[in-house]
Amino acid sequence: MSPFSIEERAGSMPPPAAGRWAALRAELAERAEARGLLDVAYATVDSPLGVLLVAATPAGMVRLAFDDEPADAVLAELAGRLSPRVLYAPARLDGARRELDEYFDGRRTRFDLALDWTLTTGFRRAVLAATARIPFGRTGTYSSVATAAGSPRAVRAAGTALATNPIPIVVPCHRVLRSDGSIGQYRGGAGRKSALLRLEAAPNA
Amino acid sequence: MTLPPFEHVVDRHGRDVWRFAASQVGRDRADEVFQETMLAALAAYPTLRDPGAVRSWLLRIAARKAVDLFRAAARAPVPLADAAGAADAAGATAPTNAAGSTLATLATLATGAAGFGAEPPVPEDDLWAQVRALPAKQRQAVALRFVLDLDYAGVGAAMQTSQEAARRNVFEALRTLRRRVGPHAGAAATVLSERPDAKREEQPL
Repeated sequence: MSPFSIEERAGSMPPPAAGRWAALRAELAERAEARGLLDVAYATVDSPLGVLLVAATPAGMVRLAFDDEPADAVLAELAGRLSPRVLYAPARLDGARRELDEYFDGRRTRFDLALDWTLTTGFRRAVLAATARIPFGRTGTYSSVATAAGSPRAVRAAGTALATNPIPIVVPCHRVLRSDGSIGQYRGGAGRKSALLRLEAAPNA
Repeated sequence: MTLPPFEHVVDRHGRDVWRFAASQVGRDRADEVFQETMLAALAAYPTLRDPGAVRSWLLRIAARKAVDLFRAAARAPVPLADAAGAADAAGATAPTNAAGSTLATLATLATGAAGFGAEPPVPEDDLWAQVRALPAKQRQAVALRFVLDLDYAGVGAAMQTSQEAARRNVFEALRTLRRRVGPHAGAAATVLSERPDAKREEQPL
């Protein structure tokens, strides 16, 4: 006969073991995807620039964040602006993770990923679309992307668009420099911007 | 108020949803109730008005999904030998009416039908089989109160009943459980009801 009261015994329902819990969560993400309930999937990628958080909607990659933005804040932003149906679901990001790995290895010079531009609108989106056309190893200027976006004099607004690029690296805002050739600002810090430019100048170094 | 990413909901409340599911249908079938609960919650999540009520809301869905699984088990064909064994097991627990007998049979099925049939019931499982033999509201209330350690207001919120109804359901559940598996189970149970201090002992804590 148990020496414990029914109340105490009922309180002793242990949670699933760690391995079972991890498998349950992975299965939940898979089933959510299969039922069309996964509005935002995210994963992380290790890179020479630190751990990157990547997120995708069914339409494509929607966000990339460097690790100096707290993951919780990035996910809260996605929940608020896109949908609260956000789950860690690396399968949807397999392609993005592989292409980023290849890029940092110097084996990839352009990304073949579907992009979801929802997080940026109007002139900013036009600036980023122009930026996306600057090839690997080349650079543009704030003035040239403003012109390509249809407003040659909106250089400052072009700078703001690049500073709020939701998908850095993949949309290569690091390739946009000041007209005097100096490096300018970067969402992930000037150090990361110059590291990306060095990588593209000598991809196999 | 914006909703947090669903990933955080799984993080904070998922294990307790699973523990509650395990108390209702057995640890071996809790995974299915967990998945169906979380998928239903994910589907409806964007319409949730009060993020502070997410825990009771999840448990309410889990209670419903557990009942669904119970009913599915009742509809499933039962091999004759198993049915006889289950009836014996149910008989041993001395349910007093037809409904109780059916529930006890189901409780046995819930613990025995999913691969552990050959395993003799271990004493610790006895309590859970008896919990699953309780009427649905009592079964849910006693698990919410003691597995999840909710107060009566919390039990009521999760079951959409008054605090008073929650207290009464827990009280009735404990009274039945004490009679069937408590230290005075069996022959002593009849004596218990005649003892002058029985009433005080039966007060829920």
